[in-house]
Amino acid sequence: MKRTDDFQNRRKHLANLTEEELEQKFWELASNIVDPIVELAYKNTSPSIERSVLLRMGFSSIEAKTIVDGVIDRGLMGKGAGHLVYRLAKEKEMEIREVGLKLIEGEMWDDLVAIFKGGAY
Amino acid sequence: MELKPNEKLNIDNILKDIDKYRPRRRGWHWREGTGENRSIGKFEYYDTSQSLKSSQPLPAAKYFENIDPQPGPVITTEIASGRFEDDIRRMRMAAWHGADHIMVIRTAGQSHFESLIEGTPQGVGGIPISRKQVRAQRKALDFIEDEVGRPINYHSYVSGVAGPEIAVMFAEEGVNGAHQDPQYNVLYRNINMIRSFVDAAEAKKVMTWADIAQIDGAHNANATAREAWKVMPELMVQHAINSIFSVKIGMKKENVCLSTVPPTAPPAPCMRLDLPYAVALRELFDEYKMRAQMNTKYMESSTREATVTHVLNLLISQLTRADIQSTITPDEGRNVPWHIYNIEAVDTAKQAFSGMDGLGTMVEVKRDGKELADKVRELKERAILFMEEILEVGGYFNAVEQGFFVDSGNYPERNGDGIVRKIDGGVGEGTIFERDEDYMAPVTAHFGYNNVAQYDEGLIHDPSALIGGSTLEKPEKIIFIDELDENDNVNVRLEEVKELRTTSKIKPEMEWLGDGVVLTTLFLPTDERTAEFAAIEVGKKMGLEDVEVIHKEIMQEAEGTRVELKGKVTFNIDLDELVIPPKPKILTEEEIREDIENKPMKIVAATVGEDEHSVGLREIIDIKHGGIERFGIECHILGTSISIEKLVDAAIELNADAILTSTIISHDDIHYKNMKKLHELCIEKGIRDNIILIAGGTQVSNKLAAEAGMDAGFGRGTKGDHVATFLVEKRREMTNEN
Repeated sequence: MKRTDDFQNRRKHLANLTEEELEQKFWELASNIVDPIVELAYKNTSPSIERSVLLRMGFSSIEAKTIVDGVIDRGLMGKGAGHLVYRLAKEKEMEIREVGLKLIEGEMWDDLVAIFKGGAY
Repeated sequence: MELKPNEKLNIDNILKDIDKYRPRRRGWHWREGTGENRSIGKFEYYDTSQSLKSSQPLPAAKYFENIDPQPGPVITTEIASGRFEDDIRRMRMAAWHGADHIMVIRTAGQSHFESLIEGTPQGVGGIPISRKQVRAQRKALDFIEDEVGRPINYHSYVSGVAGPEIAVMFAEEGVNGAHQDPQYNVLYRNINMIRSFVDAAEAKKVMTWADIAQIDGAHNANATAREAWKVMPELMVQHAINSIFSVKIGMKKENVCLSTVPPTAPPAPCMRLDLPYAVALRELFDEYKMRAQMNTKYMESSTREATVTHVLNLLISQLTRADIQSTITPDEGRNVPWHIYNIEAVDTAKQAFSGMDGLGTMVEVKRDGKELADKVRELKERAILFMEEILEVGGYFNAVEQGFFVDSGNYPERNGDGIVRKIDGGVGEGTIFERDEDYMAPVTAHFGYNNVAQYDEGLIHDPSALIGGSTLEKPEKIIFIDELDENDNVNVRLEEVKELRTTSKIKPEMEWLGDGVVLTTLFLPTDERTAEFAAIEVGKKMGLEDVEVIHKEIMQEAEGTRVELKGKVTFNIDLDELVIPPKPKILTEEEIREDIENKPMKIVAATVGEDEHSVGLREIIDIKHGGIERFGIECHILGTSISIEKLVDAAIELNADAILTSTIISHDDIHYKNMKKLHELCIEKGIRDNIILIAGGTQVSNKLAAEAGMDAGFGRGTKGDHVATFLVEKRREMTNEN
């Protein structure tokens, strides 16, 4: 879009504001712009976020990537990749790392789908 | 490991047991001791911070008792050689010159890499930010900060499609500062905007836990827009979006730093254009920190021109506020920065701030003067209008889709050349997943919905307790990957330069050990284009390989061109075969005085031939310049342009112990011819065995003076102490011989 500088016309509603009022308005608008984005971030997750969760649970970057790719393939991202590993370890009374390494080997995925039968299936 | 100032930093020591290394602290460090006056040397400073334990002062410091005042702002240097082992050496040099924020640039392409990079592969225009490289550099900085006596902040980038993972790795490895701005991903890396902001929230949460200072990416708009000075309203909007977003995620305002660049450069009247922007920004964001960057937009290959622009940028920092003063190397317009230019840039900041110390007590910005006040208000209003329209079109994502950003118009003017990104486009599109009601992540520093309560209501605020602590509480859980590529890693590279690391051989370098690169400046009396190609031939005939002209500047179209060229030398120098003359010995003041007291000494001195330059002679003799008079030596200065005959006659008449001559003029070796004449006349008159003959001057070498019959020759940099020492020692020697 092209538009000539219509600043003088547009600024009319700001002309009578003090500089303090302008600054207040500036931050109100900024806040209004980001609020829905914060909400979006609150409700959603991503492959990188889930990999970062697995890193924090004691997996290497390579292991985390393999597990998250598996989680995406099985439509279980909405549960949280870390959650899946945690839950499986709890159910099977195994260590967190042990479970993760099994998943990397392609094992135990059926158990996961069974536990979280919701998923996206 | 303790570093010794006269020993090289040993990379093998850094890499030893790197798998077990843990960072010793977390979080950003501001300089200490600011806001107080400080006596340094003979001066009172108003704007400095605590001095360093070890440092390399500015060249002119030698006239001021070698003081090295440290400015108040943290000083940044950006390092991008692509080899972390060479970067580490540069970090040490920069720290000695006063940098305490080391920013390591990422290799090209890392932002599109889904996962962490591991190992130590070589990068392009930066290093691949891997755990091993980060850990090695942080470990090296631990030693370096102990050596200089000030904590050093280590910094890199949390962006791209692996932002949250990089943030976690940085938190685990004690990284102190990071760029994080989802707008940067969207606009310049074409990463899907939804993904970019969702990831950013997690990354910022992790950075908040680790107390990492955040720098935003707004300044890129001004490096990208066609007419950089027109995007000022947008810059303020971009700063605001990232800042308030960060605060809403939980980051404290003093860790949110705005990356701000004075947008313009000479020959534009840049101070008048840039100052209103600087003032408006600092007023709107007075609770946030300013990372003042230097202008890169209008940088050409002249390091001189860049330096002048950067000094003007520093003046803006001094007149307004900078919490972090970033530096741009003056060679960035022509190559990936070299060692020496990182140091130049740091010194430029240190020098300018030292010189401007306390300027605010005498000079102030006319904030309420009509022109500045009007401009400041106008900028604020334009930014507000920009945000109003973002909301009118349905919010940030729609605004990006409609090309609001990086448009070269002075908003609300629009030129239709903004960067357009689609909500459903870009790298990583379609990779966002809504969290189910039972979504859960059992870790610390996780942002957003997290149903921990389904397992334990008591752990809502401590999710990682479900797994007995995450890596942030239990770093022993971190899995360290050493190397993945057997051909592309630090061990292979170190092996290639083994000779230069472990023997007496050395080679010139600009970026990497042994790269062989040298820089040559020449003037060629011909036009620009001819000069460029002639210069390449000159470089080849000098024996250089890969000759490349990196700068040319017209002196006058027909009369000639200045050319700077780089090339590589292929040889090494063996230090064991090098003959280095011993350093001139200096006796102590007491020793010289005692000698003269016991046995008075008399000298005659003059500039000889047709030479009126007596400044150097006076430096050596005058008591007020610390010359030899102060030791009690009786000095008779005969004057300037004195004939050799007159000088020798005077020496005989006064029964002088020595004759000191000085010459600046060296055309046709006249200075050496005069020395020879002096020597011969003294022989003729029968006094040569009993008199000391000394010649001085900027073009005098001791070796050639001796060949011309002198007892000693003194060149540039000589002080009275050197000459007095020689006189006393030579007289002792002659007394013993006689």
